[in-house]
Amino acid sequence: MRKGLLIDFTRCIGCGACMRGCREANGLPQPGPDVPRPDELDGDNYTVVLQHEDEEKGGLFYRRLCMHCEDATCVSVCAVHALRKRPDGAVMYDAGRCFGCRYCMTACPFHIPKYTWDTNVPVVSKCILCWPRLDKGQEPACAATCPTGATRFGAREVLLKVARERVHAQPERYVNHIFGEKEAGGTDVLMISPVPFEKLGFQTEVPTRPLPELTWMVQEKIPYVIVTGGFFLWGLRWIINRRIELAHGETGAGGSQEVSR
Amino acid sequence: MSAEGGVKRYLTPGWLIVWIILIGGAVITFRRFAIGLGATTNLSDGAPWGLWIGFDVFSGVALAAGGFTMAFLVHLAGEKSLKPLVRPAILTALIGYVLVIFGLLYDLGKPWNIWHAMFWINHHSVMFEVAWCVMLYTTVLFLEFIPVVFERFRASRALKVMRVVAVPLYILGVILSTLHQSSLGSMMLIVPTKLHPLWYTPILPLLFFLSALTVGIAMVMTEAFISSKLLRRGLEFDLLMRLGRYLAVLNLFYLVVKFQDLVRRGAWEYVFEGSRESIYFIVEMLLFILPLFILFNHRLRRRRGFLFTSSLMVVLGLILNRVNVSFSGLLGSTSTRYFPDIQEIWISVFLVTLAGLVFGLAARYLPIFTHEEEEGEPEPEPARGVGPRTARSEGSA
Ligand code: SF4
Ligand code: SF4
Repeated sequence: MRKGLLIDFTRCIGCGACMRGCREANGLPQPGPDVPRPDELDGDNYTVVLQHEDEEKGGLFYRRLCMHCEDATCVSVCAVHALRKRPDGAVMYDAGRCFGCRYCMTACPFHIPKYTWDTNVPVVSKCILCWPRLDKGQEPACAATCPTGATRFGAREVLLKVARERVHAQPERYVNHIFGEKEAGGTDVLMISPVPFEKLGFQTEVPTRPLPELTWMVQEKIPYVIVTGGFFLWGLRWIINRRIELAHGETGAGGSQEVSR
Repeated sequence: MSAEGGVKRYLTPGWLIVWIILIGGAVITFRRFAIGLGATTNLSDGAPWGLWIGFDVFSGVALAAGGFTMAFLVHLAGEKSLKPLVRPAILTALIGYVLVIFGLLYDLGKPWNIWHAMFWINHHSVMFEVAWCVMLYTTVLFLEFIPVVFERFRASRALKVMRVVAVPLYILGVILSTLHQSSLGSMMLIVPTKLHPLWYTPILPLLFFLSALTVGIAMVMTEAFISSKLLRRGLEFDLLMRLGRYLAVLNLFYLVVKFQDLVRRGAWEYVFEGSRESIYFIVEMLLFILPLFILFNHRLRRRRGFLFTSSLMVVLGLILNRVNVSFSGLLGSTSTRYFPDIQEIWISVFLVTLAGLVFGLAARYLPIFTHEEEEGEPEPEPARGVGPRTARSEGSA
């Protein structure tokens, strides 16, 4: 069953516990206490907590992380299946399989995958929904460490229902938009917010149909191109060469395959 | 040939530049693999693809399209008069594809895993299809080229075998090329919200294919001009003029399709918005449009300088197009700044230089320009070449 996260920005207090828990669970380097928080995802951070000052709603905190798309663009472009969608919802990454083409970074509509550029054995870096923890029956580290329940783990259907209820019950508190419900064909991470998502730098322009369809529409025609093209080219050559040979008066030779009948 | 004369030949100013490029290239190659991409490129999380993808791979593949366009024209469409141009075109394509693969090794984060593409196949990925087509087509090119080597060593049995499979090989080559030339365009179909609307269109694969045909011809011409200078060989000028007509028609056709699409999508307004993208787009278009004035003018097309300029412009226009589509046109979506590091540029120049050297070497030892005796027009100006000479000039020296 598809599981995922519901992230409610109105409940986030910006403590950064999820960031610390995430680094610990995924073996990422923990920065010292006085290192400022990164303001974007990077090779060492699968998630960041960011702050926004809104003219109307005042200050608020929100998170950035992989959306774990249901029909994920990154999974579809990865030629070697280094990125895979698991039945439980997690889009996992297999560093041993990856050959570092970075097509996933170019293709992800949410600008999520990052890279460890400063090493000669680089890897793609993105949230993997703590799938090793899921296998052990635990929640992802961010959901487990969040003190306010702003990040909540559960079945997508359930989370979607909770999100709808909250947004409908308090329309003055939330914008009427569940980010991830429809974006890119639906994602397993859902977010609700007091301010419009585009103000926070979220890609609301992403189409509601899964992006992999765009390339598959072309890709699936390849077998026909091969067969049709092959016959067309052969036929073309047959006609033209026959003509050339006739012009040269070589019809009686019978030696070449084009005039053998 | 005295040893001294042999050494001196490689100490001219022209060769000195070549040596500098090669030594610098070796140093940067070492740095790239010892320290990593971060130390040798200006790539970043916001600009994951750069010059090595845009030029070495995307442009490289298109510039090598001369191999299949010429094979098609001459061997399948019966344009026999252009036959003398086929061998150099196939050789260039072969060298080009090998270098594309070589260049990809620089760009891949983990190049030692490149063989994974053959074992874990994701047939939904356009990258998979491109990789396989490139692999197969490089093999086909090799087989298309190998008769030249057999000829050199008078292996008549082997030649006979190759003659039997020649036509199927040409057909296979054209199909594989059609597929991956267009698929490079399909690769970017998946970024509708990231690629600037001046370039993002559902017909990207078609545009990539048409522009590859166009530049395939332009590249054969450009190369004939350059190699006739550097290798001090004759120039098939009448053939190039003929090819110029093909270039004119293909180029015009490409532009018509491209402009219709621009109008249909209502992307016209972006052309004059004055942004970085719009300027790049206008330059790109001018590089394709201006040659038409030369190519469709019967007087200008007969002038060497003009014909050379027109083909060179198309080549440059195509490179700019691939650069725009593969990375430059994407930067706006993250407001990232990226300009290639000097080391990235150096490696690209290094690869082109290698291609030139291998071509020169092959031209010297293999019958690439065999037709010259019968049809070649003697080069009137005395050429001051910097590259290696052909077997012919070598023999007469
Ligand atoms: S958000 Fe990006 S990285 Fe995450 S699953 Fe979707 S496409 Fe992949
Ligand atoms: S960089 Fe790695 S994970 Fe990303 S698409 Fe390429 S091979 Fe797949």
